[in-house]
Amino acid sequence: MGEKDEKLILDIQDLNVIYKTDIETVSAVNGISLKIEKGKTLGLVGETGAGKTTTALSILRLLPQATGRILSGKICFDGEDLLTKSEDEMRAVRGNLISMVFQDPMSSLNPVYTVGQQIGEAIKLHNHDLSHEEVEGRIDEMLQLVGIMPSRKAEYPHQFSGGMKQRVVIAMALCCEPELLIADEPTTALDVTIQAQVLAMIRELRERLGTSMLMITHDLGIVAQICDEVSVMYAGKIVESGTVEDLFRGEKHHPYTVGLFNSIPNISSRATRLKPIPGLMPDPTNLPVGCEFAPRCEHCMEICKKEKPQVYSEGTHKFYCHLFDSENLKTGGSENESK
Amino acid sequence: MKANENNIPARTPLIETRDLKKYFKVNGGRMLHAVDSINLKLYSGETLGVVGESGCGKSTLGRTLLKLIEPTGGQILYDGQDITKLNTRKMRPLRKEMQIIFQDPYSCIDPRKSVVDTISEYMQIHKVFPNHQQTMNRAVELMDLVGLARRYANSYPHELDGGRRQRIGIARALSLNPRFIVCDEPVSALDVSIQAQILNLLMDLQDELDLAYMFVTHDLSVVKHISNHIMVMYLGTCVELAESEELFRNPLHPYTKALLAAIPEPNLDSRDKEFQIIRGEVSSPIDPKPGCRFAARCEHCMPQCTQENPKFTETSPGHYTACFLVNGNNPGGQTSDTDGETGGR
Repeated sequence: MGEKDEKLILDIQDLNVIYKTDIETVSAVNGISLKIEKGKTLGLVGETGAGKTTTALSILRLLPQATGRILSGKICFDGEDLLTKSEDEMRAVRGNLISMVFQDPMSSLNPVYTVGQQIGEAIKLHNHDLSHEEVEGRIDEMLQLVGIMPSRKAEYPHQFSGGMKQRVVIAMALCCEPELLIADEPTTALDVTIQAQVLAMIRELRERLGTSMLMITHDLGIVAQICDEVSVMYAGKIVESGTVEDLFRGEKHHPYTVGLFNSIPNISSRATRLKPIPGLMPDPTNLPVGCEFAPRCEHCMEICKKEKPQVYSEGTHKFYCHLFDSENLKTGGSENESK
Repeated sequence: MKANENNIPARTPLIETRDLKKYFKVNGGRMLHAVDSINLKLYSGETLGVVGESGCGKSTLGRTLLKLIEPTGGQILYDGQDITKLNTRKMRPLRKEMQIIFQDPYSCIDPRKSVVDTISEYMQIHKVFPNHQQTMNRAVELMDLVGLARRYANSYPHELDGGRRQRIGIARALSLNPRFIVCDEPVSALDVSIQAQILNLLMDLQDELDLAYMFVTHDLSVVKHISNHIMVMYLGTCVELAESEELFRNPLHPYTKALLAAIPEPNLDSRDKEFQIIRGEVSSPIDPKPGCRFAARCEHCMPQCTQENPKFTETSPGHYTACFLVNGNNPGGQTSDTDGETGGR
């Protein structure tokens, strides 16, 4: 393990997060484990409510204080457990070593400060010894990096379009050259052509700066184009993980992943009907006893309703599904024949 | 406007626009050209997909067709009848036949009305049934039709998720037996698996009830899936119109090509290919200069492009484009006034 840790920038082990109110307890993240190697990009895929953003917020310890609670688990960043750090120590991490790009650029910028001031704030906060000129120089450099004319730094967010605002947010996130960038659906609010521009920029910056990345998205297209590794999340659990080749070229998949792929209208071949996953995600206040996906799964077996599945792996490709149990593989496992 | 070659008399399009314009007044007496010179035809049982980036006027077009906002110029024909000049009272009987499904299922439903009340509201306004019981029965039937379990009849919107709320919106739109529905990004607020359920529902309903849809969206893969014809809009103008398959197989306008190339595909084959990027962003639709509106971002921009408007011309049967690159010099008189025929049959 010791030598492996050298390569890992982020190592999440058995993380459990709940949101607790007087009325109910929401199990948002239920024992997930993630690993990101230095310089690599991990895609975290799933639908609304799967716990993707909660995972990201847990890494930065930004969960809502009143309700969010990390029950157990470890989040090791560069070998150090972030969960044992004090608030002051975390402040030195946020924005400096790990930074985050949020989904909606319109609401993550302060409307009453110029974009230059907002980028400068992050730089000054983490580099006290820089002179005013040096900070200004760095702001210009950052804006150029994301493709905005430095002359526009005195403008306010409302003077920028959505795509430009997202570039500003990315400039803010990268200005301290973080080792890990968490991008939470960075292009969901943007148009396709602007999305293509932002994705190309992210790809280029990643190569130039060698930043590791956690890319949270629901778009399998973005995963295919940007990520090295993928984890598919469902109801607070990872159901399948592997390299992009495993996910897009592999033959075996978790039934949920299959359902996700069948739900996307395919641009290159026209199917007459989509095959959506029936039903809805389970209520996170009242999760099923067995496999979380069992109520919607077309291959559901008796054991699925009773026991949580173990991990089954084939090289880098991991599944959390009873179908891959060696006994079930022989009997009920052949997916094509069962229905 | 002539009969087709195989002796089938030309059907009357359910919706037709001629040179439809909608300008909004903005500060300083300037005009925002939201919809400019749109010609389209839509037949019963067919779907016209309208794609474009935010701000290209696609939603405004949908609303103008329904006369939810008054057009500035041009004509809207519904089943052959010119409805452009009709006043509110005369529009009312037609409203039953033309409905809209909105984008955001969270804001288009009254939070204080239960599901059946929301669905039956339009029927009560139009006094479709003589008594309350019949209206309620019909509302429950509609819930069955769109796949909402009856136990939700007395629930309130906040108890339901986005997919179910969108089903309420669909049931409400169907309550008056419309013939034409504008679907204004009905699935963009939903998750992929729910999106697929709603798309299937809309397609089934179309087969069953012979509806005509105008499907407004920014998602090209969705539009390809559901549409017979696709219209690509850019800054209020229509740049390309063709049959769905044809448009994807053979896009002609540089903007359509760029739009198609910008989609990240969910497979690894195109991974190493560079994103084909169109530079810059949509320019302002306020008092646009003459010339092609895409010229500023177009890599093939020629001097001509910034001087005169490209005409919307039929390049091959059923495939229309507005681009000098495709249509050559476009000598006057080559195009007829009834551009934009979508009925290929």
